[in-house]
Amino acid sequence: MTASASESPGSTEPTEPTEPTEPTEPTEPTEPSGPSRLYDLAVIGAGSAGLAGAVTAAELGLSVALLDTATGTGGQFYRHPAPAVGALRPEALHHDWSAYAGLRRRLEASTVTRLGGHHVWTVSREGASGDGAFGEGAFREGASREGVFGDGEGPWTVHAVTGADGCAERPVRVWARAVLLATGAYERQLPFPGWTVPGVIGAGGAQAMLKSGLVLPGKRVVVAGSGPLLLAVASSLAAAGARVPAVIEASGYLAYARHPRVLAANPHKLAEAVVHGGTLLRHRVPLRTRSAVTEVHGRDRVEAVTVTRLDRDWRPLPGTARRIACDAVAVGHGLVPQIELATTLGCATRTTPDRATALLLDDLQETSVPDLWAAGETGGIGGARLARAEGELAGLAIAARLRGRPAHRGRVRELQRRRDRMRAFADAMAAAHAPGAGWSRWLTDDTDVCRCEEVTAGSIRAAVADLGARDARTVKLLTRAGMGWCQGRMCGSGVACLAAGDGVGEPPAERRPFATPVPLAALASLDEPADAGNAPADAGNAPGDAGRDPARGAHHPC
Amino acid sequence: MLTRNSSDVIVVGAGVVGAACAYYAAQAGLTVTVVDRGPVSGGTTGSGEGNLLVSDKEPGPELELALLSIELWRELTELLPPQIEYETKGGLVVAAAEAGMSALRDFAAGQEKAGVRAEEIAADRLHDLEPHLAPGLAGGFHYPQDAQVMPALAAAHLLKAGGDRVRLRLGEEVTGLLTGGHGELRGVSTATGELYAAYVVNAAGTWGGEFAALAGVDLPVLPRRGFVLVTEPLPRVVRRKVYAADYVADVASGSAALQTSAVVEGTAAGPVLIGASRERVGFDRTLSTEVLRRLAAQATALFPVLAGVRAMRTYAGFRPYLPDHLPAIGPDPRVPGLLHACGHEGAGIGLAPATGLIVARCLTGGRPPLDIGPFDPGRFLPRP
Repeated sequence: MTASASESPGSTEPTEPTEPTEPTEPTEPTEPSGPSRLYDLAVIGAGSAGLAGAVTAAELGLSVALLDTATGTGGQFYRHPAPAVGALRPEALHHDWSAYAGLRRRLEASTVTRLGGHHVWTVSREGASGDGAFGEGAFREGASREGVFGDGEGPWTVHAVTGADGCAERPVRVWARAVLLATGAYERQLPFPGWTVPGVIGAGGAQAMLKSGLVLPGKRVVVAGSGPLLLAVASSLAAAGARVPAVIEASGYLAYARHPRVLAANPHKLAEAVVHGGTLLRHRVPLRTRSAVTEVHGRDRVEAVTVTRLDRDWRPLPGTARRIACDAVAVGHGLVPQIELATTLGCATRTTPDRATALLLDDLQETSVPDLWAAGETGGIGGARLARAEGELAGLAIAARLRGRPAHRGRVRELQRRRDRMRAFADAMAAAHAPGAGWSRWLTDDTDVCRCEEVTAGSIRAAVADLGARDARTVKLLTRAGMGWCQGRMCGSGVACLAAGDGVGEPPAERRPFATPVPLAALASLDEPADAGNAPADAGNAPGDAGRDPARGAHHPC
Repeated sequence: MLTRNSSDVIVVGAGVVGAACAYYAAQAGLTVTVVDRGPVSGGTTGSGEGNLLVSDKEPGPELELALLSIELWRELTELLPPQIEYETKGGLVVAAAEAGMSALRDFAAGQEKAGVRAEEIAADRLHDLEPHLAPGLAGGFHYPQDAQVMPALAAAHLLKAGGDRVRLRLGEEVTGLLTGGHGELRGVSTATGELYAAYVVNAAGTWGGEFAALAGVDLPVLPRRGFVLVTEPLPRVVRRKVYAADYVADVASGSAALQTSAVVEGTAAGPVLIGASRERVGFDRTLSTEVLRRLAAQATALFPVLAGVRAMRTYAGFRPYLPDHLPAIGPDPRVPGLLHACGHEGAGIGLAPATGLIVARCLTGGRPPLDIGPFDPGRFLPRP
């Protein structure tokens, strides 16, 4: 299963204005040049939030580097086929494509340096004297409130590895006075007996397969878990020709009715639901709420699933099991913010209504660490439209900070209003789909919870009951759950719930210095001067020189 | 007597040293309450590599403690389940040049007199022991007594092996000491109530100084930060614990500045662990890319095959450092009833069983298994 699309159900909304955000004082960008090779802003993640932030800041005159693991832009939501696939209308699978197309046009017209194929593994900031790459005073131009330009603090260093899989050995460093984190989200998975059988994939993964390769995961696909993404996935699958015998949703949709005001303020969300509902009706896809897949049948391949009714706390109700034949299961339990880069720096976090950990941001999208900003899913799951608003807001605020001029007040207020309205809806949505405390009842002792290290629910329960584990970290130490390749991204929620004993634990906001694995050779060469002469093809090594040509985004063959 | 709130002994700290104190005290017939503000192995124990080493210790009291502990660990493994991953893997110390080799020779000669087994490995035999070592090294010494455990599991199972006489109170922070009318120790107060015992053992590791302060005494335990790099799981490319000769000098140094010397070892679970850095920067967990760079450079210099291997994670731990590099073990002369068992720096896993045995003997009026004078917690007091 892959990290998934950040997706709220589709949209028939009128698209937002895509013209530049009132660049009241268009200015020439400050070229990073000379020995400093310092960007004003490094944006990590080229999805909706990152794109909006990057183009907004660039249009206001900042020099901007935009890094993403993918070679193209659009992130998970606007994932689209590689040109080789020959898709005639990639937009057919997307809601709100024109908003993305608008951002992409602005990006192409902008001075933003695009660094595709860059896997950022950490962001650090060391004292101005510690690095040696910059002269004294290199960061003191412009005006500021605090942080980067004074107090002996150096600029941010964004550390990345390149290559399709991060396997090139040369590390890349990008220096910037401010950083905007727009790293999106990944899918939350809760384990169940048989979830390791081939044919069980992430709901977001199924969506990604469709969007990037136009491939269906199976012929009869049960869509299960919780959250609005399920409806979007089911309707995409059905529209693309798969049979969807059922959508199995663990929560009840009635929970939305508890927030009538929030719903009324977000009419586009109702419209999205109507569109998906229509698609599902047309394809005769039944939606079963308060139910879960509690077992997968089949050894080498999914043959069927058992679906069981749940009570309000997601406890399976005895005697309600029924079997549904299928050859694939697309499952997901909502999305969780991908925020390791920030938590490693000690950024403050908040717990969302569905018990995920998101970054705590101020009114202008800044984290608790000065000069480090975040937008989109990193601050809580809310979808592409919210991400765009936050990205733009962050771009305006960063430009104001670095240039020492106030941002356009009207536009800031308008964006804040939109953001607050959509955040309120996101919170209502998260509350409605929050995992119930009883879900772990469907785990048998031999169910693998950590797939990488093959740690079963039984051994986690034993670590809690017999060995004094009281939290996810200690369970990890005592069982190796979460120590494998995915570093707990897949099992973190499950382990935390079992560790808490009451089914409602949440993974801690861990410091995880490696957001992606880093070859030792890359670490070992971190002291080598990163200049253009060493790696002419590598834009990331030479922000100032390799500069502005989007076609030159570094991409090492492995 | 073990009632809800009273026992013979309270051990503060559920790391490996606290676990060993509780285990041996229970073996001696005492009832024990182990109290920790966090979970089991939540501090330095959970951040360690689990080394049981004699190879890095010069002759003296710490080496005696280590040799006894090696014996005790061997006994304990008969009793504890295989999950603690006890492995008598042996250590290999290598020298890059002949000068380093002759220093190693002198060091090993002294250790052998103290009871350490050390075998000189000529340059042409190094690859029999470690096939993936870099070419061109001058030689090394093999220490067959060096071993390893998985530290967090070892502590958890040691506590469990204490049986009914050991009770755990986790997630409960000690807030003060209780004393009677004549100043005698009566127990501790915690965030949720009072626990009674005539003896309290400070096994709070790196936080041992803070706990001592609650008792009104000074114990100069300081954190000495170390980073460990953990690679993706590999087949056994590193068989032993392998390190460069300069590691010994770094361990013995008292400098606050950053020191790194590669210590590379494979584990039963697959990942290769790479240490060791030392610096005194307080309890700062901020990632230091310079530390990672040095560790990676030194490790790949020893094992070039690791260059293409990926580091999956890294974490920092804080060794409990006392100025003379020796732990504080035994009764505190200033507070009757208070004992210390902390300050083991980077060797707490290795030194835990002997520490636990000494504490148990002190509690029962028995004779310590070795001279504990050098570990006297009162040794930092100004001499009159």
